[in-house]
Amino acid sequence: MKDKLFYAAIWFFSILTLAALLVIVGYIMYRGASHISWEFITERPSLMGKKGGIFPIIIGTLYVTGVGLLIAAPIGITAAVYFAEYSKDGRLVRAIRVFTEALAGIPSIIVGLFGFAFFVVFLGFGWSVLSGGLSVSLMILPILIRSTEEALKTVPLSYREGSLSLGASKWETTRKVVLPCCRKGILTGLVLSMGRVVGETAVIMLTVGGALKLPVSIFDSTRTMSLHMYILAAEGISQEKAFATAALLVLIILVINGLANIIGHRIGGSNGK
Amino acid sequence: MRIITIASEQKRRRSRSVREATIERLLFLAGIVGALSVALITVFLFASGLPAFANFGLGNFLFETRWSPTNGVYGTLALTAGTLSVTLTALVIGIPSGVACAVFLSEILPPKAARAFKFAIELLAGIPSVVYGFFGLIVVVPAVRMYILPIVRLWDPDAHTTGLSILSGAIILAVMILPTIVSLSENAISSVPEEYKEASLALGANKRQTIARVLIPAAKSGILASIILGMGRAVGETMAVLLITGNAAVMPKSLLDPVATLTGTIAMEMSYADTSHQQALFAVGVILFLIIMLLNAVAQTAAKRMGARRS
Repeated sequence: MKDKLFYAAIWFFSILTLAALLVIVGYIMYRGASHISWEFITERPSLMGKKGGIFPIIIGTLYVTGVGLLIAAPIGITAAVYFAEYSKDGRLVRAIRVFTEALAGIPSIIVGLFGFAFFVVFLGFGWSVLSGGLSVSLMILPILIRSTEEALKTVPLSYREGSLSLGASKWETTRKVVLPCCRKGILTGLVLSMGRVVGETAVIMLTVGGALKLPVSIFDSTRTMSLHMYILAAEGISQEKAFATAALLVLIILVINGLANIIGHRIGGSNGK
Repeated sequence: MRIITIASEQKRRRSRSVREATIERLLFLAGIVGALSVALITVFLFASGLPAFANFGLGNFLFETRWSPTNGVYGTLALTAGTLSVTLTALVIGIPSGVACAVFLSEILPPKAARAFKFAIELLAGIPSVVYGFFGLIVVVPAVRMYILPIVRLWDPDAHTTGLSILSGAIILAVMILPTIVSLSENAISSVPEEYKEASLALGANKRQTIARVLIPAAKSGILASIILGMGRAVGETMAVLLITGNAAVMPKSLLDPVATLTGTIAMEMSYADTSHQQALFAVGVILFLIIMLLNAVAQTAAKRMGARRS
């Protein structure tokens, strides 16, 4: 009797968990998918987004994501190389690590608050793609460092020894032997970061502003898809368009995360061999 | 001829070692960017927020219940109460579901199915919080108003709600923190040494007793860490609660009351705030920052304790 109750509870809660998650995604797709059309993707919005499409918003999303990645990727990958290949275990390095990991734990609204005060106001970049890109780069830096470092750790020591014994310097070894083995790990990090930026709203709201026109300059204000759907929903502009944007957003995120997972698994596979 | 070669070789080596040293220094610079950013964020946040504690009085700021920027009254107790009430209610819903699901994945479901289940949960973990919030606004809020309210009215005829409430926010937050709790708890449970399970079964305990009295207690630190991380996520969550908790900065009396949270207030008011209002919002950010850092530190300690016992 006790056993039955115990298992029933476990089954019930587990199914409830999965069902809740699936129902949310399913419902959004069900209500939104039918409103996604070619016009929705390629046309400009009118009446604050009540009519028309989301073309400038898709461009804005790509723009902010691209700028964020351009800033964070070189720093993140280089930092990972430093941690995995160069740093010696010491008090300073350990402190740096603790701080870097703390960056991942800072809630996005605080990053947004900082981005607003520092990039938008203090440095005078205004609500712009640049302020947003800089702010999101802070959020994705830990993701990039972690995934690159994990990949670097899986490169066998013998590769490095082989290269060094042939007379290559440490940097030559790192750049020409070790890093090329980590391409997939780095790619996974980039893809995951992309997903993170596309899904982010709070930071974007405080640093990118929310202009609806097509962003051209890096100092233009724009909005991303997640911010657009927030505004549509919160201000009650159009439920239909909000659903369509949400469905497209969910679809993009699922594809991005699925892709990261597939790339990630391939790394695992090739290491086994 | 020979001497020249050695000299040039030495020169080549020296320039190479200079280059290597330069590169190492550049790498170090990239390495400290993350740490420096955290320092910069912390310093900037505190420098912008601490004056508010001084101006409004620390006691007033923390324990005054009225938050009324138009009258220049800034008390954060209602906001803190809002955040805590939504978070704790979300945990009450999320913990049993999450831990049960973790047990289900690690002990009951066959490995292949468990992997598919986990994959689905990880994919769903990436769904943007604003989408969860939108779903909450469209589905959960009306459901609370139409189905939960009549039930509550059975014993409290005066109860009323628009649906924008602690309960709605907590339901959505619970779903949002489930992936964190499930995947970390599952890791903790499946990393309990196989011998524990075998010993328990060999002593005649059945599977349920083994799970409830051996596996879960042994994985307790890891499960605790997952819960605290989930809690941190709930406290820091902004967009979902902003859409569904109603954003009314008043002390809540029941689960059906609307609340404003620390995060939601910052997001809503920052863009149009004047100087002293902005200062107050930064101070709210400081409170939020301290709560989150405390939770993260506790979670790390719990996780470490598990790791230490294992090795």
